[in-house]
Amino acid sequence: MTYIPISPKERDAMLEKIGVKTLDDLFKDVPAKHRFPELDLPPALTEMEAAAELADIASNNETVRGDLISFLGAGMYNHYIPSVIDHMLRRGEFYTAYTPYQPEISQGTLQAIFEYQSLMSVLTGMEVSNASHYDGATAAAEAVNLAFAQFRGKRTKVVVSPSLHPQYRDVIRTYTQGMGVEVAGETGVHLEDGPEALTSQVDDKTCLVIVQYPDFFGRIYDYTKLIEDAHAKGALVCVVANPTALAMLKTPAAMGADVVVGEAQPLGIPMWYGGPSLGFFTTSKKYVHKMAGRLVGETVDNRGQRAYVLTLTAREQHIKRERATSNICSNQGLLALGAAIYMSVLGKTGMGQVANLCYQKAHYAAETLSKIPGYGLCFSDPFFHEFSLCCPKPVAEINAHLLDHGILGGYDLSQDYPSLQNHMLIAVTEMNSKEEIDLLAEILAEVSHD
Amino acid sequence: MTETTSPKIVEPTIFDLSSPGRTGVTFPASDVPEAGLPPKGLLRSDLPLPELAEVDVVRHYMHLSKFNYSVDSGFYPLGSCTMKYNPKINEDTCRLPGFLHTHPLQPIETVQGNLALMYTLQEWLKEISGFAAVTLQPAAGAHGEFTGVLIMRAYHKSRGDTKRVKMLIPDSAHGTNPASSGMIGLNIVTIPSDERGNVDLKVLKEQCDDTVVGIMVTNPNTLGMFDENIEQVIKMVHDCGGLVYGDGANLNALLGIVRPGDLGIDVMHFNLHKTFAVPHGGGGPGSGPVGVAAHLADFLPEPLVGIVEEENDEEPPLFGFIKPEKSIGRMKSFHGHFGGGLVRSFTYIAMHGPDGLKDIAQYAVLNANYLLARLRDTYHVPYDRICMHEFVAEGQFAGSDVRALDIAKRLMDYNFHPPTNYFPLIVHEALMIEPTETENKDTLDAFADALIKIADEAKTSPELLHSAPHITPFGRMDEVKAARELVLCCWLPENYDENA
Repeated sequence: MTYIPISPKERDAMLEKIGVKTLDDLFKDVPAKHRFPELDLPPALTEMEAAAELADIASNNETVRGDLISFLGAGMYNHYIPSVIDHMLRRGEFYTAYTPYQPEISQGTLQAIFEYQSLMSVLTGMEVSNASHYDGATAAAEAVNLAFAQFRGKRTKVVVSPSLHPQYRDVIRTYTQGMGVEVAGETGVHLEDGPEALTSQVDDKTCLVIVQYPDFFGRIYDYTKLIEDAHAKGALVCVVANPTALAMLKTPAAMGADVVVGEAQPLGIPMWYGGPSLGFFTTSKKYVHKMAGRLVGETVDNRGQRAYVLTLTAREQHIKRERATSNICSNQGLLALGAAIYMSVLGKTGMGQVANLCYQKAHYAAETLSKIPGYGLCFSDPFFHEFSLCCPKPVAEINAHLLDHGILGGYDLSQDYPSLQNHMLIAVTEMNSKEEIDLLAEILAEVSHD
Repeated sequence: MTETTSPKIVEPTIFDLSSPGRTGVTFPASDVPEAGLPPKGLLRSDLPLPELAEVDVVRHYMHLSKFNYSVDSGFYPLGSCTMKYNPKINEDTCRLPGFLHTHPLQPIETVQGNLALMYTLQEWLKEISGFAAVTLQPAAGAHGEFTGVLIMRAYHKSRGDTKRVKMLIPDSAHGTNPASSGMIGLNIVTIPSDERGNVDLKVLKEQCDDTVVGIMVTNPNTLGMFDENIEQVIKMVHDCGGLVYGDGANLNALLGIVRPGDLGIDVMHFNLHKTFAVPHGGGGPGSGPVGVAAHLADFLPEPLVGIVEEENDEEPPLFGFIKPEKSIGRMKSFHGHFGGGLVRSFTYIAMHGPDGLKDIAQYAVLNANYLLARLRDTYHVPYDRICMHEFVAEGQFAGSDVRALDIAKRLMDYNFHPPTNYFPLIVHEALMIEPTETENKDTLDAFADALIKIADEAKTSPELLHSAPHITPFGRMDEVKAARELVLCCWLPENYDENA
């Protein structure tokens, strides 16, 4: 009876009121032959035992805070998380609240989400943000749903850049498998080519073009021309953006993007072995009715006070059922709050500092590592805080050596790109010191040509 | 009020509070040689984020938190949402540094703790539900449903059975069921409920043919009833070659009572944020693992956690990732809601054990039936028999213009969160009440007393209900204004000049 606050005496009084003798009598509708199975599970632990057991399990991991020096990114990044965020998230008023369907007693959550939406609009430059998606990959897949719905299913092709995160491309394929959508763009485009190379794939059947900013290899492109060309063919363009980079770089809105989505984990959310994280989704007002997910809008209450409510709910599954643009219900509410607190407490100054530190340190690393004999930068384009390093040996081999020295090496690009054998994707954030970068260079130099 | 009156501001927005030049958390100076910046054409000209000190931010969010109702502050009888108490120890275990600061792409040898936990949780969920395999990847219940219908589609397709386009969905289903099926273009056929709240077998029989993908059943259903004919329903669908999807939203009533897999259900999602006490977070994150029977295991999303090297005398087993043979693909990036969902649920199940899990279901059902017994003389309960973890009453009275909405809002004046209202759609003015097992008898009595008093107020002073709530910090909202004016952002992009 771990968390059940009912005494045996109270239980008996309640059973009497109901008119049955035992708890088991409440389950007569359940087929007798399957009723009350013996579950083969370990016996219950007390809190003291559970705390020790979980601590023991967690100690079997090597973390990037203390055990390992990390240069691994590829979609999830090791950033500093200010203490204030978790102190606020651990307020029971926030984390034990339900979805704010009753606005009179949910203004805390509603105003916080409204502010999150506004902050995401600042970062991306877009007019409208929803309350969140599960992660960056599913947000990108929902962008396909938006575009597909916008053209009422008449445009059935999605052009996806090959330098979009491989897992995002996987998720888009999974999401669209029943929709009759063709996913193009993954062949016939060279990774060295600029973004305009995608234009040749865009035709009058294309509903959406998806590019990443910075792209999976860390490269920064101005997509203005690609977006103009795609628009000329009637297609929409979705930019998958890194929010840390957006504190420094030209906004996708300024390039003409129709939808800007991405992974907001860098905004104060722990990596947590991959989740839960936070997908953001922003677009122009004209597409708001085709957008999935919850939206908070400003209004007034009957006392004349400024207040907030979930709005345009008629788009959502609980009203529209099978005609809804998406089935999304729960999203990442608490983490959207966390990201809002991160952006608030860093503000204009702190966000700018983080972006600049990531940029400077990554460029120092690229400069240092590319000078080691046998190593070099694979691409010459401008990059943000990730770059791809050509190595003299298979990355798996190099990473094993780095791990022996307590370094978590970069992502092995050959896993997804057969043409990128011996290519390592290295991520550098404000958490990496010059000392760590120099140590990486030192160990990499050991793994030079045989 | 008139259009020209400015609304009263109770708490300014974070933008309103900004003052140029204030700083909160700042960062150390760079320790590397200056590398310049990207070309000017790639830079943004301004970053109009708010400027505040940390104390400003803390006070703001503290003020906001006080406007929220929460499980920690009171009773939340939200039908189908299972708003149970969230144990505090789970908040500590999920934040252990070993879990918090691991990267999803680390070599498996460096994250054996994470993988062992995931493997064990997969095994536990299999045992609890009676399924042959479980994926932990889906991010929420609806995401699990989508995973499930993709698996059903892939199963039929793999057998060359391509004419199946019809998904049967009882009229009491959650809206996510048809929406999930709609996302892959299936035709939805609604199956009505009979007079006892069960799936109408006659209509079901008419619809069972060789175009059926399957049925999506919620059992106990959203009326709070365990379907008395569940085995027949499952058999009829199986006999026409269809599969049975179980919506696991109401699993709290079944822990240690019956295993959905034993009943013949083929695929089901779990809502870890309902059944296994993951907090709702004001709207997520949730976590929606999916269990399947043996014949569907090859279709699960990739990756699953498995043993990649068996244990031997010296070494424990090595856990790693495996890809099911005919996998539908990846549902999201990385491995599911590990920290927020899986670690908390693991802790919760470990602390309950087999007997504790059965207690959860029994006391959840006890509490629901006790409330039903206390309220049935005052509120009409259209499907009135022993219920499971919840029941649905009508929030209306003969000769009164009081509606379920008014009752819901008036409950706030008694410091209760309202029940789910206007759902399920098959009950007029529905009030759907799910107390969960973590409420004591005093709370249940106080809630029943409040509802009985409100029923009386509905007769004697209906205006009190129409204008409720009164004691909350905010009153009823102008929802039409919100939708018409569509102010979704307190910062206007047109004020931002990219080239300034």
